[in-house]
Amino acid sequence: MAFDSFTAFILMDGHGPYVWVCYGVFVVLIAGMMLWSWRRHRAVLQACRRVHETTDESGRGSAQPAPATFTRVKVSQD
Amino acid sequence: MWQIFHKLGSPKWFFGIATRLMPWLLAGALALLAVGLVWGLAFAPKDYLQGNSYRIIFIHVPSAFLAQSVYIMMATAGVVTLVWRMKLADVFVKAVAPVGLVLTFLALFTGAVWGKPTWGTWWIWDARLTSMLILLFLYGGAIALDRAINDEKSAARAVAVLVLVGVVNIPIIKYSVEWWNTLHQPATFKLTEKPSMPAEMWVPLLLSVLGLYLLFGWLACLRMQTEILAREQRTRWVKEHVLARRAG
Amino acid sequence: MNAETRPLIKPQESAVSTVAAMRAVFSRDMKVAFRQRQDLLNPLLFFVMVVTLFPLGVSPEVSFLREAGAGILWVAALLSVLLSLDHLFRHDFDDGTLEQLVLQPQPLFLLVLAKTLAHWVLTGLPLVLLAPVLGVMVHLDGNSIAVLCLTLLIGTPVLSLIGAIGAALTLGLRSAGVLLSLLIIPLYIPVLIFGTGTVAAATEGAPVGAYVALMGAFLVLAITLAPFAAAAALKISLSNS
Repeated sequence: MAFDSFTAFILMDGHGPYVWVCYGVFVVLIAGMMLWSWRRHRAVLQACRRVHETTDESGRGSAQPAPATFTRVKVSQD
Repeated sequence: MWQIFHKLGSPKWFFGIATRLMPWLLAGALALLAVGLVWGLAFAPKDYLQGNSYRIIFIHVPSAFLAQSVYIMMATAGVVTLVWRMKLADVFVKAVAPVGLVLTFLALFTGAVWGKPTWGTWWIWDARLTSMLILLFLYGGAIALDRAINDEKSAARAVAVLVLVGVVNIPIIKYSVEWWNTLHQPATFKLTEKPSMPAEMWVPLLLSVLGLYLLFGWLACLRMQTEILAREQRTRWVKEHVLARRAG
Repeated sequence: MNAETRPLIKPQESAVSTVAAMRAVFSRDMKVAFRQRQDLLNPLLFFVMVVTLFPLGVSPEVSFLREAGAGILWVAALLSVLLSLDHLFRHDFDDGTLEQLVLQPQPLFLLVLAKTLAHWVLTGLPLVLLAPVLGVMVHLDGNSIAVLCLTLLIGTPVLSLIGAIGAALTLGLRSAGVLLSLLIIPLYIPVLIFGTGTVAAATEGAPVGAYVALMGAFLVLAITLAPFAAAAALKISLSNS
């Protein structure tokens, strides 16, 4: 341990705010990126599932082909 | 040879590999980053010149390092897109560009915050910060072009051309910015110039660089999978995949 | 039949040499441009106006202008080239000439080079010719003005060549103008740095030969590589629409 106490660790001889802001922004952005990517992945996966479940049922149940509108998936890019 | 190549380019094959690889990538990334960052923050010795503010290095250098190599990777994938028209390369460039942008921003932000206690100012027109800023513009341009073109195949090829032109320019930009820097302000203090860094400093640095690389690998896999699903949602293997996941 | 709609080279004359085809593209672009003279004047007016903004917006003091003059002129020239780039392929794209150009047996990158050369003669060269007048207005001394014109003479073709890549990439897109600037400005930075740096060295009385040689190297690099990239981008943009 390079510090004598926890307070010293937080303060870092006055450089604490700079160091902690950097680490904070780093963690927030990286975690945010991971979370955003994961949620988008889930959304696309669910959209795919919806498409295939609908076509699956309509294919089995009735002779009608699935309406083409179901095959379009709009996923927000941001 | 060509069969392997063909297989490598197959989105379905990649999807399977990525699914198997991702838990390992994530676990490795989190472990390495946790060890590297905690070591760097709390256990690495204080720098005799810069004091504790140098601890920003453990996130600044990995971000900057990765921001640059992601651009090189994108350019490599761009060559593959243009020469072999491999779908996976298109997907890679599109999936990875925003990650590169965020990493470049992080490198700039941490550099600026580090500059405040070291140079006494938030921003300095230092050669490295300036070329990082230009890299941010290059990423922004690639993303903007990709969004502007509707047809995904044309978008991938146009972005590939742009990224290749950018990568030819990067050494020129770097060189000219350094030259410009010496012209305008001789003898600036270099951020990371440490002729002999003790092992207690460079080992955690190495760990966090590796950790961030693995994390990038995980993010790239995940985002590529998303992109593949969106593009190939009507194919049979995607159907089987999503329906199997629901049942199991 | 006017020049805009006339086919460049009749298909049956397949034996047209590459040089002849390049010359045909060049002279056609010149002819079309001189029929729309306002398009030729606009970048020049823009150039003069941007330069005028600096004494008004920052300071009319001689010392400031002498120091910043070369940079102001270079930035203004860069912006007005950027402004004119949208026209490089746009008209030909709209009336279908560009597709004919792509279908020619001659290599496309050479035809693109000819088009870019025409663009430079129509926009870059007038800027170089106008620069001494503006140089006097920002109180540059004679030697600096000469060096400034030399750097512009070498630098503006590089701007046109790199710009051709951007113009080709953004062809037919919505809000192409803003996107074009976003893509191209980062690539212009080295030219700007060396352009202004050379003039700064000249003002201090240092020899400028090495810098001018370096800018010449940029130009050679741009001539050899940019037409290929622009031709590839054109093909992509045409397949897109």
